[in-house]
Amino acid sequence: MSGEPMVRAEAVHKSFGRTEVLKGIDITVAPGEVCCVVGPSGSGKSTFLRCVNHLEKINAGRLWVDGELVGYRQRGDKLYELREKEVAAQRREIGMVFQRFNLFPHMTALENVIEAPVQVRRENRAEARERALALLERVGLADKTGHYPGQLSGGQQQRVAIARALAMRPKLMLFDEPTSALDPELVGEVLDAMKALAEDGMTMIVVTHEMGFAREVGDSLVFMDDGVVVETGPPREVLAGPRHERTKAFLSKVL
Amino acid sequence: MPVRHPLRWVAAAVMLVLVAMAVNTLVTNERFNWPEQFEYIFAPQIMNALYNTVWLTIVAMVGGVVGGVLLALMRLSDNPILRAISWFYLWVFRATPLYTQLLIWGSLGALFPEIGLGIPFGPVFVSWETNTLLSAAAAAALGLVLNEAAYMAEIVRAGILSVDEGQREAAGALGMSRAKTMRRIVLPQAMRVIIPPTGNETIATLKNTSLVAAVPFAELTFQAQNIYGRTYQVIPMLIMVCLWYLLLSSILMVGQHFLERHFGRSERGAARPARPAALLSSGREQTGGGGGGGGSGDGGGG
Repeated sequence: MSGEPMVRAEAVHKSFGRTEVLKGIDITVAPGEVCCVVGPSGSGKSTFLRCVNHLEKINAGRLWVDGELVGYRQRGDKLYELREKEVAAQRREIGMVFQRFNLFPHMTALENVIEAPVQVRRENRAEARERALALLERVGLADKTGHYPGQLSGGQQQRVAIARALAMRPKLMLFDEPTSALDPELVGEVLDAMKALAEDGMTMIVVTHEMGFAREVGDSLVFMDDGVVVETGPPREVLAGPRHERTKAFLSKVL
Repeated sequence: MPVRHPLRWVAAAVMLVLVAMAVNTLVTNERFNWPEQFEYIFAPQIMNALYNTVWLTIVAMVGGVVGGVLLALMRLSDNPILRAISWFYLWVFRATPLYTQLLIWGSLGALFPEIGLGIPFGPVFVSWETNTLLSAAAAAALGLVLNEAAYMAEIVRAGILSVDEGQREAAGALGMSRAKTMRRIVLPQAMRVIIPPTGNETIATLKNTSLVAAVPFAELTFQAQNIYGRTYQVIPMLIMVCLWYLLLSSILMVGQHFLERHFGRSERGAARPARPAALLSSGREQTGGGGGGGGSGDGGGG
């Protein structure tokens, strides 16, 4: 694929206190690519994902989304942190889906989806409503628009969360273990919604434990362990023939 | 045979005797002078004092809530100077007696006879006499508001901290500013933690208005003192004032009960009324623990 990558990470470091969680991450994601990030818990994959939309500040390295440095401005070789408003403007372009859904419990499904377009993008409420209804229909929840999150199952909540992120028309979607908090029988409906999104050409980074999804939908697979990228390649190849010992050890436990 | 509770009977008998003695003295002790007391219960001075007590309570609570939200936001802010100011304010106002604070506000005129606007250490453009600017009513209201703001700040802060961090992250990831996240996402959810103790604060404030006698300002207790100063009917007069406080507190308690019921209900989304269809479908599709997943913790149940 030619041109600018959608996401480019170069030697990204992140520490919490004295614990180094990311020890130099290099990842490139092309537009339209579905990149699945797998690895044992504590390997830093969620932390990396949260660096992409600046929920976590990186300590060293560079991270670009669509050619723009995330969270910082470079003048000479010095980095200056962006102001709150500028960070918010960058985040508008990046959708995020959380493990614990994080829907707004005091709003209905429809209100959850309308909230950001109206409050942040200043869209016309009627138009935002039309689009929100279409999005909820797309994730199979046309009949749940008036329900509060507390009235929905986990799978339904997560699909509302996907619709909520899509309502901002993001150019990149981040999924942070979107099915890990779900009962097993509800995982499929969320993965289906994500698969449909991938087929529409959305650029996605998916932190997941669902190897089947990675194999079927992913364009690339990144295996992380202990804060570094151990192995990366097309999902089928990595899953079928891991080259690295650590990858082999991990896959033998989860497959 | 049911279990016997002989002590209950003894306790009941003792209570009965005590109540009978109390009623007897209320009826037979002529020094209560009830006919005269009942004349005072709706007397113009008392009515006026009652009015003052009520509006002082309202002003103290409205001002206290506004000030409390500001102080709580300052306390939780990233700015260390704002945090320090808020901390200092709470420290001073919660560590000194309200009565003493009210005495200070009431006597401000003695220390600063005039208050003026101008350049610091430079010329003064306009000035007012302190006692005109800060009337007894204003001093009383100011004292109560400043004190109440300190207590409300802690309540609001607890409410804000009770909202799951994931809510702020989700709003931030959507590109919402922090101010908007606070107003649209966090504060509405914090309400269910803020409301119940605020009800208690309102009742406490109603009773605290009696302390503005320190200013001095003519609220209920102060007027009662004025009257018994003339009539020497101390306890009857105070009992009568207590009846007014009881009535006002009871009204507030009823209001608090309904507010708590309202907020306790809306927190459990599945039990929301007026959505029968929702109840039916969620009853079937609800999964085990999925309900709380949206960040709505538990809390207000008891």
